[in-house]
Amino acid sequence: MAGEPHVLTGDVNALVAGDEHVLAPGHEVLPETAAVHWRPRVDERRLRNLGSLWTLTTVAHVVPFLAAGAVLMWLNWLALPVALACIAHAWVIPELYAQRGANVLRPRGRAAAEPERRSVGLLGDLVGHDARDLHAATGLVLEPGRFGTWLVGEAGALLLSGARRRRAYCYCVTVDGRAAGAAELPSGDRIAHLLLALRADEQGFATVANLSFSGARWRLRRRVPGTMRPAIDAAAKSLDTRSIERS
Amino acid sequence: MCRLIRMDHTGHSTLAEWTVDDPQAVEAAVKARTELERGYLAMVSTGPGHAEQVRELPLDAPLVILRLPISGG
Repeated sequence: MAGEPHVLTGDVNALVAGDEHVLAPGHEVLPETAAVHWRPRVDERRLRNLGSLWTLTTVAHVVPFLAAGAVLMWLNWLALPVALACIAHAWVIPELYAQRGANVLRPRGRAAAEPERRSVGLLGDLVGHDARDLHAATGLVLEPGRFGTWLVGEAGALLLSGARRRRAYCYCVTVDGRAAGAAELPSGDRIAHLLLALRADEQGFATVANLSFSGARWRLRRRVPGTMRPAIDAAAKSLDTRSIERS
Repeated sequence: MCRLIRMDHTGHSTLAEWTVDDPQAVEAAVKARTELERGYLAMVSTGPGHAEQVRELPLDAPLVILRLPISGG
C-alpha cells in the first residue's frame, strides 16, 4: 500500500447520501439537518433573535396578568383574591417554561452496570480531566463552543451564551429513537452521541435540536436538580473563550 | 493500533482493529462496511473540542467511532 492514501476508499461512503451538505473541506453540515430542512441554519444572529423572542413572549405573558391584577385592585379592593390569582399566573407561567427547559437535563434510565461503566469510560476518553470530573459529579459534560458554553446531558443540552453567560438556551435533542438500538444505549453513550455531533457541526446541532426554553440563567438554575447546579456554575465561569476566539 | 468502534447497548463494541502495515487487519476493517450501512455515522476526533464526520475510513486515525443519528426530542 506504499504511496497510497491511508483511506479505505468507498467504505464509508454509504454513511451519508449525497454531497449537497458539504460546506468546505473538513467542515460538513450534520446530515441530520436534512430531516429539518425547513429550519433556517442557526447562527449567532438567529440565536440572539430567538432569545429576544423568548424574552418578548415572557413579557407578553407576565405584563397582562400583572396589569390586570393592578387594575382590579384599583377598581375595588374586594377583588384582591382575583388580583392575587392574576399575580400567581404571572409568576407560574414563566416558571413552567423554565421547568420545561430544565427537564432536558434530567437523567434518563440507567442500563446495566457494565455497559454504563464502558460507556462512561469511552466518554471520558473524549473529554479532558476537568470535564470528566464534572460529569462524574453532575452527569453533564461541559463543552466550549462557538456560541458559548454547552452542557451536554443524556437527552438534551444547555447553552449559556453571551459575554457573561447569562442567557440560557435549552435544547431537547437525543439519539434518534427510530434507529435500532437507540433505546438501549447507556448514559455515557447517549451523551457521547450528542457531544460528537456538537463538535462536528455546532450550528447544525443547534438547528436539529428543539429549543424548549430560553431565558435568564438564574431562572433555569433554580429549576434544575441541585446536583447539576455546579455544572451550570462551572459553565458560567468557563474561562475557555473559544466563542470569543472564533468571532 | 487503530480501532473502529460502535456505540451500542454494551457501552461500545470494537468492530475492527488494524495497523496500516497489516493488510489482513485492514481487510477486516473493510468488512465492517455492513455495520456502517445500517445507518451509523463515522466520527473522528480532530483535536480538543473538534470532531469530523468521515466518509472514508482513515487508516491512520487511532479511533473511529460509529454513532447513530440524533434528532430533536
